[in-house]
Parts: sequence; C-alpha cells; structure tokens
Amino acid sequence: MDITALLLSRLQFAFTVSFHIIFPSFTIGLAGWLTLLEALHLATGRPAYRVLFEFWLRIFGVAFGLGVVSGVVMAFEFGTNWSELSRMTGPIQGPLLTYETFTAFALEASFFGILVLGRSRVGPRFYLFSTAMVALGTTLSAFWIMVNNSWMQAPVGYAVQNGVFVPVDWAKIIFSPVVWVRFPHMLLASFVTGAFCVATTGAWYLLGRRYISEARIMLRMGFFLAAVLVPVQLFFGHLNGDYIHDHQPAKFAAVEARWRDETPASEVLIGWPDPSRETNRYAISIPVLGSVIGSMSLDSKEIGLTDFPRRDRPPVLIPFFAFRVMVGCGLLMLALSWVGVWLFRKHAAEPNRWFLALTLFSFPLPFIATLTGWFTAEVGRQPWVVYGLLRTAEATTPFLTTRGATISLVVFCSVYSFIFAFGVFYINRLLRVGPDLVSSPTKATPRRPMSILTPPDVSATQTIRAGE
Amino acid sequence: MALFWAFVLASSTLLYVLLDGFDLGVGILFGATRNAAAREAMVTAVAPVWDGNETWLVAAGVVLWGAFPTVYATLFSAFYLPVLLMLASLILRGVAFEFRHQADGPRWIWDASFAGGSLLAAFIQGLTVGALVQGLPIADGRYIGGEFGWFSPFAAICGVGLCLGYALLGAAWLAFKCEGRVREQAFRIIPFLGVGLLAFLLVVFGYALAENLRVLSRWFERPYLLAFPTIAALAALVLAASVRRRWDGAPFYMVVVIFAAAFATLAISFWPYMIPFTITIDAAAAPHASLAFMFWGAGLFVFPLMLIYTFVSYSVFRGKIKPKVY
Repeated sequence: MDITALLLSRLQFAFTVSFHIIFPSFTIGLAGWLTLLEALHLATGRPAYRVLFEFWLRIFGVAFGLGVVSGVVMAFEFGTNWSELSRMTGPIQGPLLTYETFTAFALEASFFGILVLGRSRVGPRFYLFSTAMVALGTTLSAFWIMVNNSWMQAPVGYAVQNGVFVPVDWAKIIFSPVVWVRFPHMLLASFVTGAFCVATTGAWYLLGRRYISEARIMLRMGFFLAAVLVPVQLFFGHLNGDYIHDHQPAKFAAVEARWRDETPASEVLIGWPDPSRETNRYAISIPVLGSVIGSMSLDSKEIGLTDFPRRDRPPVLIPFFAFRVMVGCGLLMLALSWVGVWLFRKHAAEPNRWFLALTLFSFPLPFIATLTGWFTAEVGRQPWVVYGLLRTAEATTPFLTTRGATISLVVFCSVYSFIFAFGVFYINRLLRVGPDLVSSPTKATPRRPMSILTPPDVSATQTIRAGE
Repeated sequence: MALFWAFVLASSTLLYVLLDGFDLGVGILFGATRNAAAREAMVTAVAPVWDGNETWLVAAGVVLWGAFPTVYATLFSAFYLPVLLMLASLILRGVAFEFRHQADGPRWIWDASFAGGSLLAAFIQGLTVGALVQGLPIADGRYIGGEFGWFSPFAAICGVGLCLGYALLGAAWLAFKCEGRVREQAFRIIPFLGVGLLAFLLVVFGYALAENLRVLSRWFERPYLLAFPTIAALAALVLAASVRRRWDGAPFYMVVVIFAAAFATLAISFWPYMIPFTITIDAAAAPHASLAFMFWGAGLFVFPLMLIYTFVSYSVFRGKIKPKVY
C-alpha cells in the first residue's frame, strides 16, 4: 500500500514541479532580455526598444504571476508528502530555501513594483538598475534552488547525527563544483528559452506582416542570442555529463543504456532498452564513441548497469529517451539559430516565409529541452532522493494513505490545468494584440503583476491616485 | 539563535494573520453581498496588497522548515488534507482577483471562487489552530493520528470562529478604506461580527472548561497572561465607541490589537512548546550551523528589509480608495 502512496506522491511532485519550472525558466530569460532592451534604449535612444520593453514586460508579468502561484505549493509539498526527507535534510535544505524566498521577495517584489509603476517617478538610470535587480532576483532564486538540488544530487559538507543531515561546511555546499556546472546549465536554458520565445514571436508577426520593425528586431536579436548561447549551453551540458560520470555512475549508465562494462565503450545512439533482459533492442551504436564521451579517451573502461544491484539501479527508459530528446531539441535550436543568423546576413531584408513558419513552430523546443533535461536528472538519480544516502521510498510521509495521495494529486492536476489554461490564454491574447497596447498607461501594481490584464476602468490606478 | 528564529516565525505568522486576515475577511464579506458596485469596491480595497500579504505565509513556511525542521515535517504531514485544501483555495481566490475582470467568460465562476476560496482558507486556518490547542496525537515526535486525526468538534468551532474574526477584520478594513455605502454597511456589520466573535470566545472557553484542556490550566499557572485579554477587552471598548462615532481608521487598528492580543495569549500559553505539549522550541530547533547561516544573511538583513518593504507598499496605497463611477 505504501508503494502506491509513494508512487502517487512522486507523480504529484513531478507534476507540480514540472508545471512550475516552465514559468521560471521563461521569466529568468525574459528578465535578462528586458534588461538588455532597457540598456539598449538608454544607449541608443531608439524608441523601438522602449516599445518592445513595455510589450515584453506585460508577458513577463503574467508568467511571473503563474510562477509565483505554482511555487507556493512547492514550499509546502516537502512537508506534506516528504516529511521524512524534510525532517532529515531540513537543517540543510530549509535554510537554502529560506534564502531563496527571502532574496527573491526582497529583490523581485520591490523592483518589479518600480518597473510597473515607477517609469515616471525615477530616473532612467535607476529604472535600468531596477530592471537589472529584477533579473538578479530571478537569477538568485534559481541559484538557491540549484544549490539545493545539487546538494541532493551530490551531497557535500554534511555530517549525519541521529539520522539528521547536519551542515558542517556551508562553503562546500554552496561552492560545490556540481553547483557551478548545473546552475549555469539551468541559467543558459532560461536564456535560450527567452531568446527563442522572442525570435518566434518576431517570426509570427513577420508572417502576419504586422509590427514589421519590432518583429525584425525580435527575430534578429533572438536568433543572434540563441546562436551564441546554444553552443555554450551544449558545452555546459557536456560538463554536466562529466559530473554525472564521476558522481552518479548508475545514472550515467542509464542515460547511455549501457548494461555491461565495456572497454572501450560504444555509444548507443538510439534503441529500445529492455530492463528485463538487460539489453537493448534495435540498437544503433557507434564503437569507441562511448569512451570518448565518457572519459575523453579511446580505450577507457565504462561502467555498465549490471555492476549495480537491481535495487540501486535507476529506471532506464525515461533517462535514456529524455536525454536524447533534450539533445535533439538543443541541436535543432542550434541549427535554426545559425541558419537564421546566416539568412539575415545574406538577405538583409527578410528571411523567406517557410523559414519563418519553421521558426514559429519551434517555440516548444526550449521548453521541451528544459523539461526533458530535468526528467533525465531527476529520474536518473532514483532510487535515491539524497544520492547514495537516502532512498526516495524512505523519504516519503510514512502514514500517507493511498486515498489521501489520490485526492491531492487529482486536486492539484485539476486546479493547475485550470489556471494554466487561463494563463496561456491571456499570454496568447497579449501576443496576439502585439506591441500596440504600449501607448496606454501601465496599470499593474507591485504585488499584483497579473493585473496588467485588467481593463483600465477597474484597475488599481484609481487607488494609487487616491493615495497620492 | 533558536529564540531569534522563533521570534521571526511568530512575527511572520502574526503579520500573515493580520494582513491576509483582512483580505480573506473581505473575500468572505464579498460572498455575503450581491451588489455589483459594492463588490467592485471591496475587491479594489484589497487588490493592491493581497499578493504581498500571502508572501508572509510562504516566508513563515520556509522559516519553519529551516529553523524547526521537525515541526515543519510533523505539522504539514499531519494536516495533509487541510493544507492541500487551503493551498487550492488560496490559488483559486488569487487568480480570481485577476480573471474576474475579463469581459469574456462568466464572472460568477470567479466571484464564487473568490468568496468560497476565502471562506474555506479561513476556516482551515482556524481549524488547524483549534487542532493544535486540542493537541495532536503525537508519539515519539511523529504524528500518529491518521488521515483525520486533526478533526474534532472543537477544531471545527475554531474554524468558524476564525471566519468570524477574519470577517470582522475585513469589515474594519472596508470601513477604513471605503466610502459611501460600503463603509456604512461595514460599520453596521462590525457590531454583529464583534458580538459573534465574543460569543465564539465564550463557547471556546466553556468547552475548554468542560474538557479541561491543558492550555487552559496554563492560564491559571501564568496569571500575567490575563494582561492580554484585558488589552483585548479595552480595544473592544474603543472599537464599540469608534463604530458608534464612525471613526474610520480606529476600528481596524482596534481589531488588529484584539488579534495581536489573542495571538500573544496563544503563543505564550504554548510557550516553550511549538507543538503544544509534545515538541518544545529547543527540541525542534535546527542545529546551530543552520540557524547561524540563516541569521547572518536572511535574518539580519533581508528580514528587516522585507518589513520595510511591506510598510512602504502600504504607504503607497494609503488613504481611501476612490469609489468607482458608474
């Protein structure tokens, strides 16, 4: 029975956290893009940058709101469904998440208010500074989350006392080398997501022959940023592979679908791993490449899954395929952005329509890549929640019933689908309207990012005026 | 260190109760009126601040985890279904703020989720406090009550009581921020809610006498605790006078005093326990390395900054809301 409640809790966490990550990965990138636009506007004085800034600020607001709402749930879910984990790792994870909440609150909340309300009340330099502070706030928030997650993937700087993980060296926890390859990987994922969303929006307007000059800036800047960032991202992806190779050999073997030790190792490009027979069906593999990828050598021994007892092996199918989907999306984005930049250089006027259409339909790629990357990382580390030390099965709330877990899973799924549907609907509407709405004054309030959506007659503007 | 974080936790919780209390209360009163203009004014009176108010819930949650992990793990897993329902209510009422103004789509869904979400969230918060006072079934530092171990008639009464209390706070806020009809209605309803709350407190007291709850005996052990009910009683007198004379701001501040006094009474009667009569503050506290790490950054610098920020954002929205012109 416990197995079922455990499985439901895992599904619920996977669902709520996957839902959540979509929005921060988008807003972290957008915050950087907004800062860039504001800096360019300040430097060049071109009004188009200002128009784009106001337009993307609104989309940022909606995504930010959904990210906040879905993030609140995460803060409580550790306690409700994973009480043994939160009891045992609380002294380490709790302070990290306290920093996450406090720094995000202090920076994002205060300076987002200035972004929305303060254009006329502060100088242009201070306004730029505020934009940068919002970007810093979202980045710091991601940083603490990555420190926390990296500690669970590769625990350092702790001692176990009476079954509780006690911090002994915070510097080791925060400056762990694992953090400093995984945090940039996540940050770059967000920047690439932002760049691609900007580029696809530009392509959409160009296809519809609207907002031509803004659309051209969006397409050009989006692709240029992506063309630079995607290769860097692939490099950091490789570094992530290195840490997995060294710290989590079972995960590495699962991602590679390598069942037995091989010297030198081959690389399975694609196939169907069959855990019951401990082999791959229909596999296409390249000899020696596995050793090159794993150890940068032509004759290294690479470890296979059968080295580990069955109870210590992760599932193979999800990490294997999720990883390949992630890499595939990355390579597609690389190709698109490079072709896009090349087309812009060749025909200075406008890329042709088939390419614009292709760009438009590529908008899910960065989101899919981020999600599948997380699936690889999180499913691949099973059966451990704190790697090598605490099993997921031992971390769950011991007395949680299947019924309770079913109820909560159903409630979260329905509430999230509901607000997600509306959120997407409103972002879509903002995108459809386009940068036109910029002429109207901003109506949102600092703590109410989504009120950007409300029509002027009932907005809080009156409240502010009355308060002045 | 443990004391410092207990203080931060208590202040965050109290701030949450006071701030989100009035906007949940306004949500409850919202459900009690059908007048569109009044509803509009009510939403406008809390719209700029509700989101920031709820942030204190998250702040209290993560501080609890970081500084008192055992309590965090025990409480949230024990209150599994209530926490779930409270989060769902808060999400639904939160998005209702933004979505009810959309011209397309049926508004009644959002109005219902705003009022219903506010009521349910308030009820559950009262219920959990009641369950804590009653005493959770805990053995060996772990909850053993099962799925509904937190439920008791007493807890349910406390849930109703907090709904009344939040509604009172909400009405006082409306008297403070609104003009015209809404202000007048708020002034008219305050006495009823106040008397209702008083009746509730008497029932709780009577029940406690009948059941001989352990919290009650603490009040006799620590007579200085009576100072807080006295302060609350004085505030209630000022409240009555200010309602009669229609002083706009006074009722809200007086209800705040009453709430703060009730909170202090409860906190001090629990002292030094965090989960009454099973887990003390010291036993629950995280190791010194955790508390110190939090103290030198989040505690010393960011927490005061958050307080200042809250104060500033309220002063930006000070004064009466401008009634909407129809």
